[in-house]
Amino acid sequence: MTLVRISDDALARAGGADKLAAAFEKKGCEVHRTSSWGMHWLEPLVDVDGEGFGPATLDDVDAILDGTSDKSIGVIEDHPFIATQTRITFKRAGKTRPLSLEDYEATGGWAGLKRARQIGPEKIVEEVKHSGLRGRGGAGFPTGIKWDTVMKAEGPQKYIVCNADEGDSGTFADRMAMEGDPFALIEGMTIAGEAVGANQGYIYLRSEYPDAIRKLTAALELCADIIAPFRCEVRVGAGAYVCGEETSLLNSLEGKRGEVRAKPPLPALEGFLGRPTVVNNVLSLQAVPHILTEGGADEYKDAGLGRSRGTMPIQLAGNIKHGGLYEVGFGVTLDELVNKVGGGTASGRPVKAVQVGGPLGAYIHPDQFDIKFDYEEYTNAEALIGHGGVTVFDDSTDMLEMARFAMEFCSVESCGKCTPCRIGAVRGVEIIDRIQAGGRKRDRIELAPQMHNAPKDKGRDAGDEIGLLTDLCETMKFGSLCALGGFTPYPVMSALRQWPEDFTRNPELVEQALPETAS
Amino acid sequence: MSDKSEILGDIIARHHHREGPLLPILNDVQAELGCVDAESEALIAKGLNISRADVHGAVSFYHDYLPAPDARPHVQICRAEACKARGVEKLIDKASTAAGERVRISTVYCLGLCSAGPAARTGDDLHIRLDEQAITNLVENA
Repeated sequence: MTLVRISDDALARAGGADKLAAAFEKKGCEVHRTSSWGMHWLEPLVDVDGEGFGPATLDDVDAILDGTSDKSIGVIEDHPFIATQTRITFKRAGKTRPLSLEDYEATGGWAGLKRARQIGPEKIVEEVKHSGLRGRGGAGFPTGIKWDTVMKAEGPQKYIVCNADEGDSGTFADRMAMEGDPFALIEGMTIAGEAVGANQGYIYLRSEYPDAIRKLTAALELCADIIAPFRCEVRVGAGAYVCGEETSLLNSLEGKRGEVRAKPPLPALEGFLGRPTVVNNVLSLQAVPHILTEGGADEYKDAGLGRSRGTMPIQLAGNIKHGGLYEVGFGVTLDELVNKVGGGTASGRPVKAVQVGGPLGAYIHPDQFDIKFDYEEYTNAEALIGHGGVTVFDDSTDMLEMARFAMEFCSVESCGKCTPCRIGAVRGVEIIDRIQAGGRKRDRIELAPQMHNAPKDKGRDAGDEIGLLTDLCETMKFGSLCALGGFTPYPVMSALRQWPEDFTRNPELVEQALPETAS
Repeated sequence: MSDKSEILGDIIARHHHREGPLLPILNDVQAELGCVDAESEALIAKGLNISRADVHGAVSFYHDYLPAPDARPHVQICRAEACKARGVEKLIDKASTAAGERVRISTVYCLGLCSAGPAARTGDDLHIRLDEQAITNLVENA
């Protein structure tokens, strides 16, 4: 009987993988629903003895089975998109059935946990430190140091909280990891629990990921005995982007409004219910089981560049020909990612801009495509890696619209705790609208004689408004409590600086208005 | 009335023992009753021994909870950056026209299908690579 592998990842299912699987079963094939290889432009991808066919439709079933299909991509593992990757976090992608304990064990599952239990907390933390693993959620804080703090903290109860509130547009690595390899995440959390002395874990998962909720809940039931005495449960969010910020997530988990908390106190010392808590991103925890295997920490460390060690699951999204998940050591350039691996835009038009790091990441101009994927290098270029999302835009994009959207998004999702973000985002949208309109005249009220302090000049032109926007962005950047308000200026200012022609017919106005240090 | 308080009582009892029970309760109330209205808020507050303000504060914070039920079929369309890059804005008019008053269209920021947008969600079903025809069909059959 022919063995056919078809992914049951949400994206493949949205592309019709379920019907396809049923059709193959009807033909008498044995169908395994595996995780996704991450080649999204080929989904649903049908894997027959290692050979791939995609994107497959119901009409292709017969041709695939009798070997006459023209959708063959050859041996999947030899495909350049896969062959050039260094898959550690996603080593099982495409190969195993997500909810099969048998598949998980056969591919090295639980080995990290077994070893962790033998070597004890101090050694675990030491190895995680040694691996150089940094938080994959965006901030890039060294995971080992965080664990160390929680390990040494005193408390009647400690917690491991997995931040699975992946709300950034252009990112889907958490979703794929949770759907494709849920046991690895659970194993990572259990190891974290061993390290810091926590026996309770929570996975805070966004409500927009129904498949991941279903699979993780099922996975937790299946492996409850293996991870015991560690316990873990899934908590579903309620549609608030800001809950991806760790302190806001903790408030939400406690049943409060998802408002950001001021730091200190650090969540490591006073986190969930005021107790010591490790809050880690899905990808950070998912990398842990491998690091804890014999020699895993060294192997992990050897990939990467400078102070950014290990691999980064990069997500190629937006208007890109070959979109999907690309895990590789740090140091890869944007040119390689977008033009070589990604094959340029899906629309075939020239690339205009690339946004790295989700809605709070800077827009990067093709002139800067030699920038290397590295936390420090991006920071120096006034940009951020964030969660590793790379969203490509073609030349039909209006960058003023994108800048406006960044402000609008911030105003919709702001938690309301701090003023620069709550009010600044709304004012930002208004200013950008006025830039588009070419400035504003004094209105009737300002011109009224009673308003003797209001200036009676001709009003503000686009250049003045751009000055205001720059000023507002400074305030938001330095005055906001968390990354939502603090980083929204990145997309706005990077768009303004590099595509001034989209903002005003008179681009010199932008140059005059920008502070000198920024150019 | 008694029906509703019974359902709420069940939901509260189901989650009462958990650490931070409010969100799991609200999620279930929204799923089973289609909304979290003032009456439910009061009952939940009583059940958890917290103030109504605490409950209302949380309810009004999150996008997923509705103050009144909306029985119409619901289509969520992603309009975040990646889907914008793939042309979702051009589909919105078509979707609204097809929806009319019969279907509720709302915006969602990111379904995690960013490499194959424009994407939409109906219930727990996801849809990718939408074009004008596909989104019209989707809304009409919602």
